[in-house]
Amino acid sequence: MFTSIAFWLLAVIAVVSGAAVFRVDSMARATYALAVSFVAVGAILLLFDLDYVGVITILMMMMEMAIMGVFMIMFMGMNPALMPMDMVHSKKASAAVSLSVFVMLSALALLIPWPSRRGSPDGDVTAALGEALMESKMLVMLVISSILFATIVASLVLANPGGRYGQASDGAIGGKQRARHPDGGGK
Amino acid sequence: MPMIEPVVQVSPLWVVAAAVLLGILAMSGAAFNGVLARREQTGGPLPATVRTGRSAGALTPLVETARLLRQRRRSSIAADALLWRIGIGGLIVAALLMVTVIPLGRWTVADLNVGVVWFNAMDVMVWALVWMAGWGANSAHSLIGGYRFLAQALSYELPLMFALITPAVAAGSLRVGDVVAAQSSLWFIVTMPVAFLIFCASVVAFSVWGPFSSAAGSDIAGGILAEVSGVDRLLLLAGRYALLAAGAAFAVPMFLGGGAGPVLPDWAWTLVKTLLVLGVLIAVRRRLPLIRPDRLAVPAWMIVLPVVLLQILVVSLLSVRS
Repeated sequence: MFTSIAFWLLAVIAVVSGAAVFRVDSMARATYALAVSFVAVGAILLLFDLDYVGVITILMMMMEMAIMGVFMIMFMGMNPALMPMDMVHSKKASAAVSLSVFVMLSALALLIPWPSRRGSPDGDVTAALGEALMESKMLVMLVISSILFATIVASLVLANPGGRYGQASDGAIGGKQRARHPDGGGK
Repeated sequence: MPMIEPVVQVSPLWVVAAAVLLGILAMSGAAFNGVLARREQTGGPLPATVRTGRSAGALTPLVETARLLRQRRRSSIAADALLWRIGIGGLIVAALLMVTVIPLGRWTVADLNVGVVWFNAMDVMVWALVWMAGWGANSAHSLIGGYRFLAQALSYELPLMFALITPAVAAGSLRVGDVVAAQSSLWFIVTMPVAFLIFCASVVAFSVWGPFSSAAGSDIAGGILAEVSGVDRLLLLAGRYALLAAGAAFAVPMFLGGGAGPVLPDWAWTLVKTLLVLGVLIAVRRRLPLIRPDRLAVPAWMIVLPVVLLQILVVSLLSVRS
């Protein structure tokens, strides 16, 4: 009972805030409407007892949206992102695409012959889901993920942080480290 | 040392007590800061001209609350009131959600099996909240404050995540209660001092405090605090203290053995340890200079991140061996 109420409530929040992304008139509000939608989806995952996946979805999506908001506003150029603006363009084409995708997905969800439950859920649902998705590739993925992360950090450490106008940490980018005077004398 | 008893989940109604306790901790943090400010004003080397607006000492939180509650709320032109209010009021909510997974002695409000990740998700909420508090006012200075916080967050968040994972690796569980139980023979601060230090620094950073308070810096007229007054300012300032208190409280089960200690009951030890950590975090403000977020990025990614990864490696090897 509680689960059904919570599910429907969260589902409505997810869909309504998802729609709000296109109805609001500011980049900041659109970004955080999307964040609310994702958080609701993360909370729905918690209802499936997928605690880890649910909480990590909320964590990742909040982080992502916080950064995305900055980029959305930055790349709008001039300053329309700071003013009220329309969140939609190519209205007819995008309405057609989104409607057909919605019809297709909901038709799939309704018409597919869902299998009935056999047995009971595993004690550790997160591990069971991971094994169901990865199977024998689990060990490979575990190893690769740490190598990938080490590569990111190592490439940052190796990348030249200095530029011709000084250290990147002082706000300079590109070129050699020492600043030179235009007439070649150096300083 | 007495044997640590397993953490038990109490009735959800106790969440009210947890909120009151967090309020008291945040107030004592603010009071301690007031005492330090008072001492600096009376005994310090500052010239007399600087001694305007004397601090109320230990009474600061009460005096400030009374003052701000009577003050008019400022509004600015074309403010994004919705996001502004969410950002201002949200910090306290994030801190409250953090303390739900922190055991007081052996009682906890929510014994989540992913409690460590829960704390982490709540501190990521602070990214959005501080930025919204900066954005909402439609003022250049507070917007710069919001951007500064996100730039700083990019530097502290990954080290913080790994500092949180380190005790979880040693305990083999993301449940806070299991992390406490794994410290029955040796506190994790002994085996992972680096992770502890990084965790404490990150708590200071997500609370926009001390060396990491450039988002509210005086060079940008107070940044995220520039346009808030009255009850809004009260909520924002209280939210910072609440975040500091929640962070200090989380250090106790993660690194300081939870409620373990002689003579006193375990809940009292949790509070004593929390207050000690909180006191240090508060005092740091007057000891360390402000760090610009753009200068923080290089040391955070080049030095702190590899160091915390080494810390995890050491801890992993120790737990494989035992």
